[in-house]
Amino acid sequence: MAKTIVCHCEDVTLEDLKEAFEAGYRDLESLKRYTGFATGLCQGKGCTAHVARMLSSLKGGDDVVSDPPRTRPLLHPTPAARFAGQTRFAGQNSSSKSCDEEES
Amino acid sequence: MKDKADLVIIGGGVIGLSLAYHLAKMGFTDVVVLEQGFLCFGASGRNGGGVRQQWSTEENIRLMQESVRMFKALSIETGYNLWFRQGGYLFLARDPETATGLESTIKLQNRCGVPTRLVSPTQASKIVHGLNTDGVEICAFNPTDGVLFPFPALWGMAKVASDLGVEINTFTRVTDIAAKGRQIVKVVTDKGSIATNRVVNAAGAWSVQIAKMLGVELPNKPYRHEILILEPTKPFLNPMVSDLSNGLYFSQTMRGEICGGVSNPDEKSSMDTGASFDFLRRMSSAMVAVLPKLASLKVMRTWAGFYDETPDGNPILGRVNQIDGFIQLNGFGGHGFMMAPAIGKMAAQWILRKANHQIFSKYDLARFDRGETERETFVIG
Repeated sequence: MAKTIVCHCEDVTLEDLKEAFEAGYRDLESLKRYTGFATGLCQGKGCTAHVARMLSSLKGGDDVVSDPPRTRPLLHPTPAARFAGQTRFAGQNSSSKSCDEEES
Repeated sequence: MKDKADLVIIGGGVIGLSLAYHLAKMGFTDVVVLEQGFLCFGASGRNGGGVRQQWSTEENIRLMQESVRMFKALSIETGYNLWFRQGGYLFLARDPETATGLESTIKLQNRCGVPTRLVSPTQASKIVHGLNTDGVEICAFNPTDGVLFPFPALWGMAKVASDLGVEINTFTRVTDIAAKGRQIVKVVTDKGSIATNRVVNAAGAWSVQIAKMLGVELPNKPYRHEILILEPTKPFLNPMVSDLSNGLYFSQTMRGEICGGVSNPDEKSSMDTGASFDFLRRMSSAMVAVLPKLASLKVMRTWAGFYDETPDGNPILGRVNQIDGFIQLNGFGGHGFMMAPAIGKMAAQWILRKANHQIFSKYDLARFDRGETERETFVIG
């Protein structure tokens, strides 16, 4: 059977989200913690809007983003070395090249 | 929502839920839990998941031995996998005074049956490959400490408690508590009122505000504590590593991420949960200094929660002088999560008069007036 993947980083499917909703996780924050969507390398840039739309439709059109999950640093995953004042690994960006334009 | 209850627990964090869970298992289910946000909203959903038995007082050591036993059983009991992994805790001491302190606390821990041992820097680098032991005097390692994933512990205890009849209301904010003389009459929320004579204040960083509704002044102060998480990588790090010189701690989660934080002696008490660049800088520097190979891993995200701190570093438990039936379970600083199983069970036994645990009189609010305080010295972060 076909699968609809909503969160690519953490491989969370539409089915996973619906199951979580059925289990009682019916706000964005709880859904996020229960399924793990938005917790991968893109930190929700690709999926949060989709999940919000799905959640809203499951709740009969309710506003689910009036109090959205807080946006926090970092905008792009960045090697710890840089914050530690090291220049090594500055050019290394193995897994999220497309996310981090600075690296190109 | 129910309009009356035998007992109302304010705070759906790990302390309040552990109490509700144990009360329900003992057959006492006319209980309502009130949580202002979602479950995991407060510090219970924002901590590093560390569970250790390396403490400096016998009381805390024994409390944590019991909590470890309980955490080990909790996944089976609740049907929610806590991912509790006993990879140990490795503490690094960098000065002679800290090293001497470790030696005496290890003796005490050993007497209680905790298998902590002193390890040389060379032995430590065999426990954690790539550990930079420059400047490390000696280490303490207890293989039975561990880390867990906080969220399922809350969900699991909430599920069992609620299946047994406890009512758990999320997104429900307490706006007032009404009393007549010494007696509590009702708890008022933004979703309605609940008539009750007994209220447990398990509101963590919000406990002071709750107590104020009954005219009770708590000395607790909330402090922001930031954490970061690095991208997932192959499992390679067994223990939680903690540097006693700066309060650094980090471990690897079961998803492969490195998660940790560091003390900030300059942090002022506030209700701010914002992120700071200063934390990113201090944490990354401290972490990379101890384990240089982490330098290449990317920081994915930071977040913050609260330490609900008391003047002596011990929680505030039990009754207050001014109001009957107003029970405190707060002020756990940065270690409420790990102590919650034992505290919740003991509080349930104490409330139901099944056992008279000394801690509920020893650590009551009035101890500050009596001047009977003692400081736990093994506090991290």
